[in-house]
Order: sequence, then C-alpha cells, then structure tokens
Amino acid sequence: MDVIVCVKHVPETAEAEIKIDSTGKAVEKIGLVFDINESDDYALEEAIRIKEKLGGTVTALTVGSGDADSTLRKCLARGADQAIRLTDVKFNGSDSYATAKILHSAIKGLSFDLILTGALASDDGYTMVGPILAELLGIPHATMVKNIEFSDDVVKVNRELEGGVEEIVEVKLPVALSVQTGINEPRYVSILGIKKAMRKEIKVLGLVDIDLSENDVGEAGSWIVIEKMFVPPVEKQTEFIKGTPEEVAAKIAEIIKSRGLM
Amino acid sequence: MHFELDEEQKEIKRAVKEFCEKEFTPELALEFDEKEEFPTELYKKAAKLGFTSMRIHEDYDGQGYGLLEDCIVVEEMCRVDPGLGAAVSLGNLMVPDILLKHGTEEQKKKYIPPLAKGDAISAAAFSEPEHGSDITRMDTTAAKSGNEWIINGSKEFITNAPLADVFIVLCQTDPNVTPSHRGQSIFIMEKVTPGLEATKLKGKMGIRPCITGSLSLSDVKVNENNVVGELNKGFYYTLALFDETRITVAAQAVGMAQGAFERAFQYAKTRKQFGSPIIKFQGISFKLADMAVKIEAARMLTHKAAWLFDQGRLDPMATSMAKVFAGRVAMEVTDEAIQIYGGYGYLADYHVERFHRCAKITEIYEGTSEMQKLTIINQLLKRM
Repeated sequence: MDVIVCVKHVPETAEAEIKIDSTGKAVEKIGLVFDINESDDYALEEAIRIKEKLGGTVTALTVGSGDADSTLRKCLARGADQAIRLTDVKFNGSDSYATAKILHSAIKGLSFDLILTGALASDDGYTMVGPILAELLGIPHATMVKNIEFSDDVVKVNRELEGGVEEIVEVKLPVALSVQTGINEPRYVSILGIKKAMRKEIKVLGLVDIDLSENDVGEAGSWIVIEKMFVPPVEKQTEFIKGTPEEVAAKIAEIIKSRGLM
Repeated sequence: MHFELDEEQKEIKRAVKEFCEKEFTPELALEFDEKEEFPTELYKKAAKLGFTSMRIHEDYDGQGYGLLEDCIVVEEMCRVDPGLGAAVSLGNLMVPDILLKHGTEEQKKKYIPPLAKGDAISAAAFSEPEHGSDITRMDTTAAKSGNEWIINGSKEFITNAPLADVFIVLCQTDPNVTPSHRGQSIFIMEKVTPGLEATKLKGKMGIRPCITGSLSLSDVKVNENNVVGELNKGFYYTLALFDETRITVAAQAVGMAQGAFERAFQYAKTRKQFGSPIIKFQGISFKLADMAVKIEAARMLTHKAAWLFDQGRLDPMATSMAKVFAGRVAMEVTDEAIQIYGGYGYLADYHVERFHRCAKITEIYEGTSEMQKLTIINQLLKRM
C-alpha cells in the first residue's frame, strides 16, 4: 500500500495570543510556534501504521516555505520514506482550490493507493483541500474518517457525523480520506527516527517543476480571496441556570458539549 | 565560530520537548515529588525513544551522539520538571560512561544494552559517610583472597541505590600506598550479590523522584572479572568521569532555571496589581531580564564545556565554570521566580517552589560549588 500524506505547517494557536498583522489579512506570525497541523498528525500516524501492517511506502507532501521542512522532517522521523515540499513565491495567497491544484500536479505523477489528509487545517479551517484534491484526481473520497479497514481493493471507513453518530462507508481504492483527530494515538519522535530523517532528502519542487502556470496558483488561481481578518470583540454573557442539582449539571454538560469544549 | 544548534540538534530538542511536555504532567510532577518514588514508567518510555542513552555508542543500543546532544535533552527534561527530569535522565547514570571508557568488551556487552534500553537502572558508589568532596582515601576496602575480592564498607548518598540492578563501587584496594589515591579501584557488581544492601534515604529537599540511598557492603565477594579497567586506577577514572558527567549537571541547572523563568514570565504577564500586569513594573520586569541574561550565560558556558568535550579537548576549567555558574544561576533564578509569584509561589501547586528545592542539588552533587572553584583556581594558577 503506497500512501501519500498531505500535511500543513501551521502555527500553534491554542494558547497563544493572536494578533492581526499590518496587512489586516493575516495573523502576525512573529512569536508563534509552528508545527504539523493537528489532524494531519493523525493522518501521518495512520499512514505509518498502514505501512507497518501492509508494507509499501509513505510519502509526505506539503505546500509551504522553507520553514515547513521541520514538519516534513518530523514526518520522516516518524517513519515516512520520502518528503516533498512544493514551494514558490507565486504560491502565496493560494486558497484551498489553488493549493489542491498544486498538490494534484505533484501527486498525479506518483504511484499511490491511498491519499490521507487531515480533516481540517487548524489555521484557516476550510476542510476543503482533501475533497478538491480527490475531485481533481478523479478518485473517491471520504471525510471525517475515524477508522480505516482494508479488504482487497476496497476500504471500509467510519465517518464521524454530528451528534456522535457514525456511519461506515465502503469506498474503492485508490481513495482520498480526510482523517479526524482521535483516529489513533500519534507516536513520539524518537532519536533513532531523527537520525534516519536527517539522512533522507526533502525534495523541493517549484512552479517550474509542475505543469501549472502563474494564473493557476496564488491569488490569481484562487476562488476565495481573504478580504479582512480580525479578532472579534469579546462578549460577556451571563446565564443563571436554575433547577435541581441534577438538572443544573445536565444543562452545564450540554452547554460545554455544544461549545465543543468536551 | 558558530553560535547555533544545528538542524539535527534542533530536532532533538523539539522531540524531547514534545515528549516531556506531554508526559511530565504537573499532576505527575506533584505526585512523584510528594511520594518520593522513581517514575519507572516514564523512565522506560523515555529510554525507548532514545532520550536516556544519547552518549552511549550505537554498538551497545545507544544513540551515538555527543555530550552536547545529551545536555540538550537533559536541559529540556529539567525545564519541564526538575524532579522527574533529573530522575529520568539519571536512571542509567555513570555505569555506561565508565564501562565505555575502561570496561572489557564482555562487561560492555553484558551491562550497557539493558541500561541503554531502560530495562535496567544503575548506581555509582563513590561518596562515603566520611568522604564526599575528598575521595583521596576510601574507607570501603577490597581485599584479595585467592581469586576473589572481598569488599567491606559503606557508601552514602548513592543515586538509585535502592533500585539499581548494577553498581560500580570505588574501593581502596591498596591501603598502604602513598598517596592513598593511587591504591583505589572500581568494581562492578549486580544487585543480587550477597552482602550488598541498600537503604532508601527519605526526606530530601528536592529531586525527590530521584531515589537516593545508603549502601552497605559486608563481605561482598566478587572476582577478577568485576574489576573495571586497571587495578589501582580507580581514582583517576573517577576524576575523568566527573569531568564528563558534571557538564550534564550544569545542563540540569540551566533547565531548572529556564523552567522556573518561563513560569514566572507567564505569571507576570497575567497577574494584575494596581490595575496593571506586574510585568509592567520595573521591579518585576528587571528581575525577569536579569534572569534571562543569567540563564543564557549559563547555557553558553554549559554548551562550550560540552562542545570542548565532544571535540576531544576536555577542559576541567570549562567544566567547573559551567557547573558552578549554572548551579548558582539555578538557585538565584528559581528564588526570584518564587518572589515574582509572591504568596502563590510559596505553594506547591504553583510549581516554582519545587524548582527552587530541586535546584539546590546542582550546587552539591558531582562536586560541590566550592570544589569547582578549587579546580578553576588550580587551573588558572597553572596557566597564568
């Protein structure tokens, strides 16, 4: 099973103070720590596990600047066989569609059975690169995947739906799957892994190396252009919950759950 | 001159940071500090990832890096938690170092791999109730009887003694030679050896997950194969060993200081008094600036000492400078961290008091600060 994992180098924003930069269209990156996107981390782990179980190769792919090498090196250290970084100043400003086109132009020449992406990029949160990439490649896809099982030329995947409901779908290979966090427990990087990773080369491809033109990438090749980015003002709301302790507890649990805190 | 870690070293730092931040949770740190128990599970996990065998050669299941890479790991572990960090990083202390340099191939193959993989714990017994800084004479004696050596004596403040599977012990093998340090030898022995008994010392000020014990040796019988290296060279081996390992103590101190600093810095940004975050007051912000300067200087000295060692240019003065300075910095910075936290800093749940308690050991073990100064002045007298 040859697996391609698409990963993104994103800032860790969970506990950081977010500021908007002078363009008003992007987050101020100074002071932020970057790492592999969380759900991509799970996709990577799933790819490595598939390789360990069924054999084959894992190729990690990203669109990003030189800084993204640390995310690719992490993929290599965890067990990916090769890594490719697609980079060009012309790629700047690419939306999900343009990013998927860039990935597509690199992937279509590779042999693969399975493409894994994270379900969601934690920075822009579009959830679209995986599905658009699958469309461009003309292969089926499934999103919000939280379990993958193989039998011959099909995969059975569990999809996580709203309200804790799951469905199992059967999809033909080759397939692109967007992986949800929690599908596995990503392993730590080992010292041996780092040593191996340092010996592997990260292949760097630019616009000239792929069959796209300037008009296909960056803002020119995008359907979505960011107009403005801002931190919404903080609102304070107070709600008094009444009832028996059981009712109050149930209500609190419901609120916490609905806000995605649990 | 190159003042930056290379890419590989940065990756090592990142990997150990990620591991420690997830595994050395504040809850575990408090729990193990309170119950004074060795974090066996964490030690095994860290060992499996290679974090505890940085300096051990790959032929013996280690990672084959230098002392500098080890310092990066140790600093990061102690930054996240000084107690768990010290305990985990000292789980296989000194036995691999001494065997790699002086052991027979048989001894290396037998003892090092289990220590590298975290399947075993080691202890190194030098100090005695009557001999700490001055080890020129050992009261623990090894006397030859036929093919056997019979060892009697007691050792004090031995890290890991109650848990260790394997020990190295410095003994007086020739009681009559002058000077006496020319009659000392190192023996290796296993936990199961009859006559070898360890007692746990409780109530340590800091690094409480790191278990310390007293060791008593009563008619312990070992044979010729248990001698490490040459007979009567033990004192010299010991001095050289400490020249190496005390650099990692400096790294512990830097990590402890860094961890306390980061906590105090975050606290000062959020804690408000007189209507503004306390970091806005120079009384606090200047403290933080001073702390940052001291830590950076300590780290530079530590990295330089480690780098010299890795270049094969071991410099006892550089080593001692790193240890004495980093130890002092750790004490001062962790003290100021408590001060910045005010009353909260005095409580265990706010963690910085533990950093302060743990930092003290770095001025004591593997050569007190006073002994480091002695080395520095002796070196200066030789050179100037």
